[in-house]
Amino acid sequence: MEFQFEFDWQAAINSLPFLLKGIPYTLLISFGGLAIGFVLGILFGLLSLNKHRALKWPATAYIEVFRGTPILVQVLFIFYGLPDIIGAPIHPLVAGIAAIALNSGAYISEVVRGGVQSIDRGQTEAGLSLGLSRSQTFWAIIWPQAFRRMIPPLGNQAIVSIKDTSLFSVIGVGELVRQGQVYIANTFTAFEVYFAVAVLYLIITLSLSLVLRFFERRGLGSA
Amino acid sequence: MAHIVKMQGMNKYFGSLHVLKDIELTVESGEVVVIIGASGSGKSTLIRCVNGLEEFESGQLTVDNRSLAPRGGNQRSLSAIRKEVGMVFQQFNLFPHLTVKRNIMLAPIKVKSTREADAEKTALRLLDRVGIGNQAEKYPSQLSGGQQQRVAIARALAMEPRLMLFDEPTSALDPEMIGEVLDVMRELAKEGMTMMVVTHEMGFAREVADRVIYIHEGQIVEQGQPDAVFDNPQNERTQAFLSRVLSH
Repeated sequence: MEFQFEFDWQAAINSLPFLLKGIPYTLLISFGGLAIGFVLGILFGLLSLNKHRALKWPATAYIEVFRGTPILVQVLFIFYGLPDIIGAPIHPLVAGIAAIALNSGAYISEVVRGGVQSIDRGQTEAGLSLGLSRSQTFWAIIWPQAFRRMIPPLGNQAIVSIKDTSLFSVIGVGELVRQGQVYIANTFTAFEVYFAVAVLYLIITLSLSLVLRFFERRGLGSA
Repeated sequence: MAHIVKMQGMNKYFGSLHVLKDIELTVESGEVVVIIGASGSGKSTLIRCVNGLEEFESGQLTVDNRSLAPRGGNQRSLSAIRKEVGMVFQQFNLFPHLTVKRNIMLAPIKVKSTREADAEKTALRLLDRVGIGNQAEKYPSQLSGGQQQRVAIARALAMEPRLMLFDEPTSALDPEMIGEVLDVMRELAKEGMTMMVVTHEMGFAREVADRVIYIHEGQIVEQGQPDAVFDNPQNERTQAFLSRVLSH
């Protein structure tokens, strides 16, 4: 018996139609989770900037818990653990979106906090001295500038979260990796199929990078 | 004449540092008061108290007949005061994400609910007045320092303030741009604007001020008409300070 390996392009190409069925799930979990994560991130990020301890504390706790535990454990906990408490099964898609939302939300909170804190105090003083209220000053002056600075780290987080969805194959969501595993179980073409899977992830993340770069360039006039 | 600012026994601390000591000061409507002193003497802190950017610990402060209590005071009189008091900062503090025109239009639209078209008209008129009517559509970063500071003055004027505070408006400028900013301030003074100006420009102080105040280590040590203070200072600290800054 001789060991000879040749990359079977045909096998990789043949797997594509099956793999592509996973892409909607990958995108749905990623962007659904990120959208909610963005809302959580703004909410907890702003809370963490608050002077009042009572408001700051929950934000700090949330950020530390979801940043300090693995996302795999988080999704297992949501999918297998939570149903014991609520007495009803949780759909794997819901569990996946929730895990991405909670996990990315913790990181985005820190992005929001850092972005807002990076804006010079003089901007707030100028707004207040013109008679704007604190919230007007924040939303009209501080937030637009902070958001522009947040775009690169937000893009970074989006890419991390897209890749994190690959872990959700363990709860049986038919996303990209799961589709690959199922296909390989029938064809034994692991090398070719995982290669194809990797390329598909790369296409998604590279497209996102391009879009983000476009938005960054449009940021004319920012300091 | 009616006073627009009145400070009585005002004290301020930064931690254990006593930065303003028993300040007694009244500014009349239409008056131009220039505050001089060494850096760290508390002169910037003094005018920053007037619009509540700094809190004070004890004493009384009345601005435009509204009193500001120690430690922040009430939010309503604070915001009422800020609508009436314009401020120009050392570092300009223009909004970098907005065009020059939008910088000036922002506060009238947000605070006074001025219509967009009216706010724009006012902005363009003010830009003309400070000599940069052709820069309306640019972003602050595309202007020189002197131009940026003139935009900042126009931005404050758009709220039609009754009092203008200037916190070292020329200290961050290249020497060749100081004149253009001082010219705008001189014009404002001539038109009767009430002004409190912290500056190191002694020539400007002598020429434009109705009254010069010298602050040393948080205390008003001497005040009077510019000629009196500059030519015949009574206090030895004032003498020492002036001989340092005026020696050519």
